[in-house]
Amino acid sequence: MRNLVLGGILVGLVVLAALLSFLWTPFDPVKVDATHRLLGFGASHWFGTDKFGRDLLSQLMVGARTTLYVGVVAVGIAAVIGTPLGILAGMSPRWLGEFVMRVNDLVLAFPALLLAIMFGAVFGADTLTAMVAIGIATIPSFARIARSGTLQVMSTEFVLAARAGGRSKVNIALRHVLPNISGLLIVQASVSFAIAVLAEAALSFLGFGTRPPTPSWGRMLQESQELLTVQPRLALVPGIAIAVAVLGFNLLGDGLRDRLDPRLAARV
Amino acid sequence: MTLSVRGLSVSSLVRDVSFEIGAGERVGLIGESGSGKSLTALAIMGLLPEELRASGSVSLGGRELLEMSEEDLSRLRGDELAMVFQEPMTALNPAMRIGRQVTEPGRIHGRRHRAEDLLTAVGLPGTARAYPHQLSGGQRQRVVLAMALANEPSLLICDEPTTALDVTVQAQILSLIKTSLPADSALLFITHDLAVVASVCERVLVMLDGEIVEAGSTREVLTQPKHEYTRKLLAASDLEARR
Repeated sequence: MRNLVLGGILVGLVVLAALLSFLWTPFDPVKVDATHRLLGFGASHWFGTDKFGRDLLSQLMVGARTTLYVGVVAVGIAAVIGTPLGILAGMSPRWLGEFVMRVNDLVLAFPALLLAIMFGAVFGADTLTAMVAIGIATIPSFARIARSGTLQVMSTEFVLAARAGGRSKVNIALRHVLPNISGLLIVQASVSFAIAVLAEAALSFLGFGTRPPTPSWGRMLQESQELLTVQPRLALVPGIAIAVAVLGFNLLGDGLRDRLDPRLAARV
Repeated sequence: MTLSVRGLSVSSLVRDVSFEIGAGERVGLIGESGSGKSLTALAIMGLLPEELRASGSVSLGGRELLEMSEEDLSRLRGDELAMVFQEPMTALNPAMRIGRQVTEPGRIHGRRHRAEDLLTAVGLPGTARAYPHQLSGGQRQRVVLAMALANEPSLLICDEPTTALDVTVQAQILSLIKTSLPADSALLFITHDLAVVASVCERVLVMLDGEIVEAGSTREVLTQPKHEYTRKLLAASDLEARR
């Protein structure tokens, strides 16, 4: 229960910042202001300004949108394709399941960042190609988790009983397998979300993610590096934001799993 | 409806098994673990593991089950054919409420049952909102039984339904099976407990190493066993002591 609340608060903070940024930010996040460069923490610019005089808090708020966008779309792609694939592999005859999983291994062997850089080179580097690439590279993790969970559920007596009760494969997949592996999937989603956020930050840092001037936490980090020794604040602010988002989603995932499993829910 | 099994073999684990169960008959299938009792049951239901194949003939009311497509079979399963498994702790979906599980066999076969009615019939009123982990083993087995009996099957197969339960709960489940099974339903009751057979079944089949070695009325088999294995089984059980 503590995980759920704390995770909810942290994620809520990020979501709130992103939503609020559509209506209002303290300053224009992309407005260059040469007279207010590299201000420290202060009353008018809370988190200070960067080397172009852009307000850090405003950039952080708009950057939260990118972060959520990337996380949701990448995990969405991975979960929507990977989960049915894994369940299918777990429920079909052994040869078909093995075939699906070997193809899966093939994709798994490809690092997400490399795929994203490749995608960026081919389709042009921006947020969309980055998250599609991260999403595709995350499919195998979901397929694996879903398959191993499915195999476990399929060997239980209640699935045998369900088959003895005349239930179709689709019915068993949706009503018996999916609810019983949802805990695994939620944890996987929260981990993948964190990885996707980090990957977007890394890609933006490398120049293959979100293009300037759109604020992104990863790019804020990248731009901070040349001033790291004199202005560590510039790296700390987006760094802490990334850490908060990642920690929040992990805690939320853990909490949700405990909540959704009727056996564990009795204990929390 | 009559279940007629002719020359049923499953790989080399079950060999040339033949028997018949008429409508309303209660037949026991006894034998030690690994003798092929459960495989025989699964073969009848068409639920054998992927790597095993059944040959011979299994017919229910004149319809051949072994040659039936999976689709046609699943239409019979849970409707005319029902099965109760040994382990009540794992026989229910842990993520689904009891009420929903118990009405599902009906829903699948186009019948509407009220969960409360089905559960009351097995002595569990007011449990529809519960999850399986909130019920005891005996209560879960009642739920499983309610699911199996919901559509009044022509044939009910019970695969050691009381083995995992303690003696008092065992007696309750047995009497529940006896009273709530429709009079014209056939029952195949698998067990290794001779006392249970004596209390439920009119006829009994004795299985050893995949073959039926003795068959006859329960009284006959339990009092004048012909096969040596049956005699050993009787000697090893505490049937006398319990009488």
